[in-house]
Amino acid sequence: MKKSTLFDIISPIMIGPSSSHTAGAVRLGLLAKNIYKLQPNKVVFTLYNSYAHTGKGHGTEKGLLAGVLGLSVDDRRIKDIFNSELAKQIEYEFEYADNFKRHPNAVDIEFSGDINMTVSGDSVGAGEIAIRKINDFNVKLTGKYNTILIVYKDMPGMISQVTSLLQYHNINIASLNCDRNAKGQQASMIISIDGNIDSDIIDTIEEIPEVYFVSYIEKLDN
Amino acid sequence: MDISTFEQLKNECITKNKKIYEIAQENMASEGDISIDEVRAFANRSLFAMKEAIQSGLNCKELSLSGMCGQDCYRVQQKFKNEPAIFGKTFEKIMIYALATSEENIRMGKIVACPTAGSCGILPSALVAVSQEYNYSEREQINALITAGEIGRIISNKVSLAGAVAGCQAECGVASAMSAAAVCQLRGGTVSQILNASALALKNLLGLTCDPVAGLVEVPCVKRNPFLAIHSVTAVEMALAGVESKIPIDEVVDAMEQTGALMSPTLKESSQAGLAVTKTALEIQKQVFG
Repeated sequence: MKKSTLFDIISPIMIGPSSSHTAGAVRLGLLAKNIYKLQPNKVVFTLYNSYAHTGKGHGTEKGLLAGVLGLSVDDRRIKDIFNSELAKQIEYEFEYADNFKRHPNAVDIEFSGDINMTVSGDSVGAGEIAIRKINDFNVKLTGKYNTILIVYKDMPGMISQVTSLLQYHNINIASLNCDRNAKGQQASMIISIDGNIDSDIIDTIEEIPEVYFVSYIEKLDN
Repeated sequence: MDISTFEQLKNECITKNKKIYEIAQENMASEGDISIDEVRAFANRSLFAMKEAIQSGLNCKELSLSGMCGQDCYRVQQKFKNEPAIFGKTFEKIMIYALATSEENIRMGKIVACPTAGSCGILPSALVAVSQEYNYSEREQINALITAGEIGRIISNKVSLAGAVAGCQAECGVASAMSAAAVCQLRGGTVSQILNASALALKNLLGLTCDPVAGLVEVPCVKRNPFLAIHSVTAVEMALAGVESKIPIDEVVDAMEQTGALMSPTLKESSQAGLAVTKTALEIQKQVFG
């Protein structure tokens, strides 16, 4: 477990009423937006369990939408986000479901537009979040580190190719997680790093022939 | 050095002849690779946001999303205008500032989760009210906030400060212990007195459950904030008088952890027992969510 710091205890400055159901919702929306990157035509949010049952009283829907629209947890516009000019830029819908296999505070955020993508995550307490799935790939993104997401052909040597490149540029890896849907098929690599990375390194990774897709996901500010 | 117990904190303060906030800000600076000035600037931003939340809350009668709360701060202010509180002006301010902040929280206003959103009124109300009434400078207020933060940090690295994990003792209980530390620092308490104040406050809140009506951070949370802010000042007065907690704070925290683990999950933020399932609570829940 990562230890709390003094700063964690005397912050965040946030819009109430709940760190998990309001601030956590904003952060889930924000990180999902950082993953999707594009301007979506439509976003469908599916809220599960406690999020579905008590979201209305906690402003969870408002938080999720505000996050996807890029507002941070302390933005006073969250409260009236449904009536804001910002919200008129996109089409959005909320759906509600019970699923005991999911976390009590879980959400699926389904973006449609030039690319369709579903990002699933949980609000795990005290405003902390975890993105668990991007489309069919299991991931774990907390928004605390800048992260490189790579989808590639599962074959020997891919991990060392990428990590050697990072080593060459003196980038320290905070964590590395891999997953694949089947041997020799699509695989995903999620690399959290300390500090920042130049976009040309990302371009270099993208040029590796067996790499299908690379995305650089920026960490959340607070 | 990495301080994970109050015993270590106390020894560090004695060895280096420093106050808790000095040790805390030095360690935060080294951990975050920033200057002490930057640590203090961070604390000052939180302090400023706390004061803004109080101001907004004092002047607002808007109800929460559920309609259950939002006007008690106004009621209490009116009462004190007509008839002052038995305990005097500082008591009045602590009460109304705690209500103001908590009501801001539940109407989706801007607050500081310190340590959590549901307990956001406790520390700011005592810290700001006492500072106003006794003219403590901004520098002293920042010292107090950092002292309180260090108390919360050490507790949270032993026990998760989430109602779902350890009940309300870990949210409002810890907020009250932090508030006691802040006020004791303001009043010139020694390191031992500050740790005693926190221990006394927390010890008397062990076992506090989290059973919110309709699962919302409103009933009993909003009104619990002024109660526990006042509670923290009781602890400070005892500690400053030389009253000691017979059980040292590290052991009080261990007791809190054990109590939290033994507490039924139905009483830990799941609204399946206690106040949340009373006849009236269930009726309210029906009205709010249909």
